Formats: sequence, C-alpha cells, structure tokens
Amino acid sequence: MASIWEYANPRKFIRTTDVVLPWVTAAAVLCLVVGLVWGFFFTPEDYRQGSTVKIIYLHVPSALMAINGWLMMLAASLIWIVRRHHVSALAARAAAPVGATMTVIALITGAIWGQPMWGTWWAWDPRLTSFLILFLFYLGYMALWAAIENDDTAADLTSVLCLVGSVFALLSRYAVNFWNQGLHQGATLSMDKKENIADIFWYPLLVCMAGFILLFLALVLLRTRTEIRARRMRALLARERLG
Amino acid sequence: MSLTIKDLAIARGGIPVLRGLSFSLAAGEALILRGPNGIGKTTLLRTIAGLQPPLAGEISADRELIAYAAHADGIKATLSVEENLRFWAAIYGTGDITPALEGFDLTKLTDRPAGGLSAGQKRRLGLARLMVTGRPIWVLDEPTVSLDVASVALFAQAVQRHLAGGGMALIATHIDLGLDAQVLDVTPFKARAPLRGEDDFDEAFL
Amino acid sequence: MIALLIRDLKLALRAGGGFGLGLAFFLIVTVLVPFAVGPETGLLARIAPGILWLGALLACLLSLDRIFALDWEDGTLDLMATAPLPMEAIVTLKALAHWLTTGLPLVLAAPLFGLLMSLPGEGYLWLVLSLAIGTPALSVLGTFGAALTVGLKRGGLLLSLLVLPLYVPTLIFGAEVARRGAQGLAVEAPLLLLAGITCGSIALLPFASAAVLRVNLR
Repeated sequence: MASIWEYANPRKFIRTTDVVLPWVTAAAVLCLVVGLVWGFFFTPEDYRQGSTVKIIYLHVPSALMAINGWLMMLAASLIWIVRRHHVSALAARAAAPVGATMTVIALITGAIWGQPMWGTWWAWDPRLTSFLILFLFYLGYMALWAAIENDDTAADLTSVLCLVGSVFALLSRYAVNFWNQGLHQGATLSMDKKENIADIFWYPLLVCMAGFILLFLALVLLRTRTEIRARRMRALLARERLG
Repeated sequence: MSLTIKDLAIARGGIPVLRGLSFSLAAGEALILRGPNGIGKTTLLRTIAGLQPPLAGEISADRELIAYAAHADGIKATLSVEENLRFWAAIYGTGDITPALEGFDLTKLTDRPAGGLSAGQKRRLGLARLMVTGRPIWVLDEPTVSLDVASVALFAQAVQRHLAGGGMALIATHIDLGLDAQVLDVTPFKARAPLRGEDDFDEAFL
Repeated sequence: MIALLIRDLKLALRAGGGFGLGLAFFLIVTVLVPFAVGPETGLLARIAPGILWLGALLACLLSLDRIFALDWEDGTLDLMATAPLPMEAIVTLKALAHWLTTGLPLVLAAPLFGLLMSLPGEGYLWLVLSLAIGTPALSVLGTFGAALTVGLKRGGLLLSLLVLPLYVPTLIFGAEVARRGAQGLAVEAPLLLLAGITCGSIALLPFASAAVLRVNLR
C-alpha cells in the first residue's frame, strides 16, 4: 500500500529527489529572477520611501522563510519523536543552517532598509529583536547537533530542544512586544484587500515569495541528501570496525 | 520470580554488538558472564538494568527487582561512608545499613569521608550499596576490580548469602569467585556485520 | 525523595560544593558596574533594576553545569536512574536544590546589592518579589539545559548558548517588574506574566528534562 511514509526510506528519498530536485531548483531560479527583476526595475518608486522600498523583495520573503524554516524543523522533529524516521531528523538538521541564513538575510536587509527610514541601522524594535532571538535559537540548535557524536542521541536531544525552543521563542515574541512598542510598520500583507499594499508591488512580491519557498525547499532537499550520505558513511565505517 | 532473557539483541552507540542471546535465572541461582573486552558485557548489563532499550528480544524481569552496580561506584567524596550508604538506603526505602557495613567490613570506617578511602575500600562501599537496596536481582559489572584477596572472599560470601536468601546474581567477571554458578561465554553471540552485497540500506542505516 | 534533596544541599555546603559562588559573582557584577558606567547616582538608580536582574541571571547561569556534571562523572546518575525514583522527580529535586543554593541566596541578598546600586526606596519590595518569583524559572530552565549537555566534555559554553535564549522572557518580565516598581508604576501585568512563566516551566519542563536525561544515559 502506498503511503507518504515510504519516502522516509533513505533510498526511496534519494531516488525521488534525484528526479524532483532539478525541477525545484529550476523553478526557484526562474521565480527569483523574474520576481527580483520585476520588483527592482519595473515597479514605480514609492512616493514616501523612494527606491529604498524595493528591498522589500528580499526582506519579506527571507523573513517568511526564517519563521517557516523553524516551523519545518518543528514538524520534522515531531515526526522523528513519534515515528522515528531517520530521514525526518536529518531533514530537520539540514533545514537549520538554511533557516539561520534566512534569518541573517532578513536582519541585514532590515538594517539596510531601516537606515534611511528610521535613521539607524539597528533599533530594539520588537520584530527585529524577535528575529535576533530566533537567530540565537537556530545557533543553539545547530551547536547541539554539532556537539553530539551519536546520531540517534543527537536527533532525540535536538528534537526536544526544538519543541521547548518553539514554546519559548513564541513567549519571547510576546514578551518583546510587551517590552517595547516599536517602529515597525504594520503588517505589509494581509488577506484584507483594502489593507494590502498596491497590486503593482504585490504581484512581484508574490513571485519572490514563491521563489524563496522553492529555494528553501531545494536547499533543504540538497542538504538532506548530503546528511543521508554522511550518515550512511558513518554507519559503514562503524560496520567496518565491527568486522 | 525469575530473570529470563529471550533472543536478546543489543547495540552500543547504534551498532549491534550481541544478538540471539537467551538465558534464564531462577531464585537462588547465579550466572557468570565471560567474554573478551569490548564484546558487549557492559552493554548487556546496562540493557538488563533498563538504562537502554534492547534492539530486539525480551527481558522478563521487572526493573523494580534489579539492583545494578556499574564500573563507577557513585560515591560522594565529601560524604562519610555512613552518609553515602544512608542516602541509598533512603532512596530505596530500606532502613538498616548495619548488615551492609558488617558484610563488607566497613564498620571501622563509618565516619571517614569517602574521599579518603583507598580504591579497594571505595569498591567495598560501592558493593555494600547492593545490600541496602533490598532488591532480589543483582546485576554486577566487574565487581572485583581493585579488591584484594580477602575482600574478594568477603564479596563472594555476600553473594552466597544473597543467593541463599532467594536472591539472584548476574555477574560479569574474569576471576573465579568460587561460587556454585553457571558460566555463560557470550562470544558466540557476537553480532556479525552483514555480508558485502546483501546490502540492506534501510531506515536503520546499518 | 527528601534524601536526595538533603544530600544535594549537604554536598553544596561542604568543601568544594560551590555554595556562595553565585553570590560572590553577583557581588562582583554589582561592584564592577559603577566602575564601568560612572558613579553618578541618578544613572545608577535608573539602571539598577536591570543590572541587578542581569547579575542574578548570570550568577544562576554560572552554576548550572554543576547540576548533573558531578553525579554523571562518578556514576551516581546511572545508579539513580535504576533506583525507584522516577527521573522526573530527580530533575525536579535537582532544580529545587539548585534554587535553594543559588536562587534563594540571590533573592535574600538582593536588597543589599540594591543599596550599592542606589536603587530608589520603592524598588526594594518589587525587586525582591520579582527575583523570588522569577529565579525558580531560571533554575528549572537551567536544569533542562544541564540535562541536554550532561555527557559532553566541554558543555559549559554550549549550555550557556542553549539556555540564554530560553531566559529571555523571564528576564524581560522580571526586570520590567523591578523597573516599574522602582519608578512607582503599576506592576500587576508583568508580575502575573512572570508568575505564569514560572508556573508553566515548573509544571512542564521536568518532563522534557527527564526525557533528555534518559536519552543521555543510554
């Protein structure tokens, strides 16, 4: 019987991604090129913010993936805890550096955007601060993976850390809001059409977000394949020692 | 009450070390485990003590019946001999530590801080802990390390008394304790790597 | 169960137990801050609640790696895991012992350090209260971090990296209570949130710590 868990078999996973990965990569490149070129060169300048607003095409999608990267790690950790599929734990491990990089991109583009707008590179604005804390969580998670030799132990410990970390990351988010009301503009995107930014900025942004999602997916798939092979290699070395 | 191991497979650090192991112990019996270093005796004892899960097979003894003694004795250097033993007696909910002190000839040392004991005396204190657990199945990992001849005899007597009282003992050791016990060499149960070619690259990665 | 608590307290109080280390560290921080920012009383009074909370947090952090490390090294942890105490009870008692030897002395000594930092008169009650409510959460969270890193050779730095982000909400609400109290503002909201975090941590984290410790003992 076909089931989604078939893909948790490392062989099946590698065979499937062999086919899928090139397409995902191509789609990611296409979306990013179209979205960024459209956004940077074919949209009018904002009457208040001038051309600086165009960094939104990097800032918003990377911030989106910084959070969703952690959510993906959380989902993968839960799958590992409940069903003990090794590929799931390895996917969580693979997603961490990608998510951390997205967080850094969001922070840096935020600083570049904030300089002309708020007149400062860094402010202890709640959203900026939350992202900094999220980055610290990513760092701790990766450091714990790196510190433990036994793969199964590392997978178990990092999963629990991811669960506890998620709760406290959420708590920090509200704590930080409480602590400082902040400069950030309200939500840029919302389901309510009237609240939304103009269509002319919105469509290229959508394409960029799709591009970042696909890029994230491609990088995580690629890294998961690497992690699977590294894991396999360690297993073979261990077996060699066994004689 | 008995300890029965059925078709047990165990792993150390994710790598299988022993498989297909079966034996059983009834009240009053002891079993000596033998085998070369690194074969997996410690892992086997840790698995039976419930510290790690087995790969496969069954262990038919309640964890609540097992008293485990590892390589390290878990002795606090700044507590006295008596305080060390009383702590474990309180944890296991038993009261009297005198038989344990007498059984391992520690009566004269009760007030000494455990940090000042010699290696052999520390070991005796570690083994005395077994007697205050009040549990019937002793699982012992190399209990005679750093004991002199007289202390080994003391230990053998303690085990014999324990067996006579309906207890059981599972001991990994290389020396002859002079016990009337079965001996099991675990070498034949060594887990072998699968042959090259029959490569079952699956979820377990091995 | 009480035996384990008594033993931990005894060990902490005897030679080499490290009792008072946190307190000494707290003192050092409070003494050094005026040297760094200048002796101006107004400035010190303004930053006092935050500095005192930060000092308490760092003093707490300093002693975390001792929670399990010694019991791990001499094999006690293995033996305790096979004893009739559930692992959840062990980690809870360990956290309690850590709080009694580190958190409680900090709470009691805080007014004295407040004096050194020229804390305004209204602030003392709220500083002590916020520390009394907040430090148990620090101990419980720290126990979780210590359980995660117990088998690692050089776990100290990693432990700080793992635990510090977890400390953020507690620090924010705790320091907020102390700050508002010192300025004579209403403190109910942050005080309740701080108490909520502490209660939630004490109720739920021992399960995570116990699970993690079991994995580390395998």
